[in-house]
Amino acid sequence: MSILLDKNTPVIVQGFTGKIGTFHAQDMIAYGTNVVGGVTPGRGGTKHLDRPVFDSVEDAVAATGATASIVFVPPPYAADAVMEAADAGIGLCVAITDGIPSLDMMNVKRYMWRFPKERRMRLIGPNCAGIITPGQAILGLMPTHIYKRGSVGIVGRSGTLGYEAADQMKALGIGVSTSVGIGGDPINGSSFRDILELFKDDPETEAVVMIGEIGGPQEAEAADYIKAGFGKPVIGYVAGLSAPKGKRMGHAGAIVSSVGESAPEKVELLKAAGVHVAPNPSEIGATVQRALGLH
Amino acid sequence: MDIHEYQAKELLARHGVVIPRGELAYSPEQAVLRARETGGSAWVVKGQVHSGARGKAGGIKFCKDPHEVWNAADTLLGKRLVTHQTGPKGKPIFRLYVEAAARIERELYLGFVLDRQSERIMVIASAEGGTEIEDVAAESIHRVIVEPAVGLQAFQARALAFKLGCGGDEMAQMVQTMLGAYRTFRDLDATMIEINPLVVTEEKAVVALDCKMSFDDNALYRHPDIAELRDRSQEDPREGAALDRGLSYVGLDGTIGCMINGAGLAMATMDMIMLAGGRPANFLDIGGGATPDRVAKAFRLVQADDNVKVILVNIFAGINRCDWVAKGIVEAVGATKLRLPLVVRLAGTNVEEGRRVLAESGLAIVSATTLAEAAEKAVAAAKATETAGTP
Repeated sequence: MSILLDKNTPVIVQGFTGKIGTFHAQDMIAYGTNVVGGVTPGRGGTKHLDRPVFDSVEDAVAATGATASIVFVPPPYAADAVMEAADAGIGLCVAITDGIPSLDMMNVKRYMWRFPKERRMRLIGPNCAGIITPGQAILGLMPTHIYKRGSVGIVGRSGTLGYEAADQMKALGIGVSTSVGIGGDPINGSSFRDILELFKDDPETEAVVMIGEIGGPQEAEAADYIKAGFGKPVIGYVAGLSAPKGKRMGHAGAIVSSVGESAPEKVELLKAAGVHVAPNPSEIGATVQRALGLH
Repeated sequence: MDIHEYQAKELLARHGVVIPRGELAYSPEQAVLRARETGGSAWVVKGQVHSGARGKAGGIKFCKDPHEVWNAADTLLGKRLVTHQTGPKGKPIFRLYVEAAARIERELYLGFVLDRQSERIMVIASAEGGTEIEDVAAESIHRVIVEPAVGLQAFQARALAFKLGCGGDEMAQMVQTMLGAYRTFRDLDATMIEINPLVVTEEKAVVALDCKMSFDDNALYRHPDIAELRDRSQEDPREGAALDRGLSYVGLDGTIGCMINGAGLAMATMDMIMLAGGRPANFLDIGGGATPDRVAKAFRLVQADDNVKVILVNIFAGINRCDWVAKGIVEAVGATKLRLPLVVRLAGTNVEEGRRVLAESGLAIVSATTLAEAAEKAVAAAKATETAGTP
C-alpha cells in the first residue's frame, strides 16, 4: 500500500500536448504511471504519446474513467484548469504550475468547498514537485532513481530539499512509501496535516519525514496534530534558519511575516510535539535512521 | 512588489476613499509651489520611500510656512532614510509628497491582508492607530474574514466601524472607506494594504492619512499599470539586477556567495553555512533548468557583490543532468573569468560524469559530495581569504 497513488491509478495530464506536459508525461509513462490520456482544449479527438487527447476534463473522465490529474498549465490559466478538474469529478489533482496568483488560489479553494466532502477533490500543490510512490507510479517531476521502495513517508514544501532527503535515506538503505510535495505557495491545496492524516492510516508507512520552511501556519498546525497522538515517529527539518524577516526566499510563501513563522520557532514547536528534528539538513537521513532504531 | 505612499493613496482615492489634498515634488522650489497650490496654512512634507515607520525616522516634516516647507524638502531630498524596516543602509528619498495638514481628532488603524490560516482576505481594524499594529494590545484589534464569493459586506464594515467608535456620519464614511479599500485589494491583486493612521478629522471627515500597499508579483501580468510603478531606487541593486534576469535572489551581508537550484535546498544550504560558522552573502535559486547561460548569469550576479569571497554551488539535478550542469559551470567560469575560490557540490542524475567533467576541466574547483562537506569547505575557503587579506 501507499498513499494517494499507485500503479493502477488512472491519470490524465492537463496541458498534455505542451512542451513541459509532453516532457514529463513521457517520464511518468516510462516509470509505469497509468497515464490514460490528456486534455488540451481544441485538440480533442487527436492522439499524443499514443494516448487520446480530449477537449475537456469532463470528456476525458467520461471516456477513460480517470480519477487523478496532473496540471502543467501556465499560471494565468492554471486556476481554471484545477477548478475544471474539481467539477469533472477528479479525485486527486496535482498542480505543478509555479506562479499562480494568490487570489486565484483563494478562489480555487472556495470553489472546491462547493462539493460535499465525499466528492470533493484533493488538491496537491501548486508550485510543487508532485507525488511518487517508488516502484509504482509518479505524478510529478522528481528524479525517480533516488527513491528506494520502502516504508518511510515524505512530505515537504520544497522539491530539491525533498530529493536531498530521499537521496540521504537511500544511501543508508532506507526506502520511501510515498513522497508528497505540497508546494511553496502561500495558499496550497493540501497542508502538512492533511498528508500526515493519510500516512497515519497507511499500514505500510512506519515513519514520516516532514520538511518545512519559514512562513505560514502549517508547520505549527502539524505540530499540534502530531502532539495529539500520531502513533508513528516523525522526523522533521525546517529550512530558513538564516532567512531575514520580511524577505521572500524564492517560494512565494517563504516569508516570515508574523510571530511563529520563523524557522527556530517552528523547530521548537515540532520538538515539543516529539518530532525528531534533524540538527542540520545534511543529517536528515541519519536522523531517520536513529528514529527507526536502525543505528 | 511595494509602491510609494502617494501612489497607494491615489489608488485608494480611485476606489472612493477620501485622502488629503496633496501633490508630488522633486525639488524644494517645487515643494513650496505645491504647498501654495494645495492651500491651507500648514503642510506635511513626506519623504517617499518603500517603508513604514518613516515619521519616527525623521522622514516626515510638519511645516507652518513656505520657508519651513523649503527647508524640509531641502533636508529630505537625496537623504537615505533608515527605518527599522529598511535595514542599516536605508532607502533614498528622491520624491516628496506635500500634503495639506489634517486637523486630527482620532487616529485609527485599518489593514487588509491575505490570511494564510483562513486562506482568505482578512480585515484588521483598531481604534489605536498611528502606532505599529504589532505594538497594539490583542484585545484592541478587531478582525473580519471576508467570504471570497461575495466579498466584504456592508454589515461587516458597520460592525467594525461601531467597534472603532464611529457612529452617525462617521459610520457611513467608514463603511465607504472599508469597502473601497477592499475593492482596491481585490481588483488589483494586493497582498497587503495598511492605512495607518486612518483619521477622523475635527471636521468629522474620515481620511486615509498614510498608506502602505504591496502587490502579488505573480499577478502583475494582469495589472501592467501597477507593474509600471516599480521604483528601482528603492530596491537592493543586486536584487533589481536579478529580477531583470529572471533569477530569484535576496541580498544578505555575508561572504559566501550561493548558487543553488530550488528554494528549499537554497535555504537549507544557507543554514548549513551558518552552522559551519560562515555567513551567506545571498539567497539565489537558479531554478530547475540550470542551462550554461543561466549559470553564467548567476555567476556574474554573485560576483558583482564585493563582499563575496567564495562561491558555493549546490545543484541537485533532477530534470537536468549533473554532467550537463558541470559543463555549464566550466563554461561560465571561463566566460566570467572567475577569480574567487569555487566550491561545487553536485548530486542526483549522472553525478559521477558531472564530477569527472569538473575534475578534467583543469580549473581550481573544490569538489564536495555532501551538503555538510560543501558548506565546511566553503567556510574554510572564506576564512582563508579573510586571513590572507589582513595585513
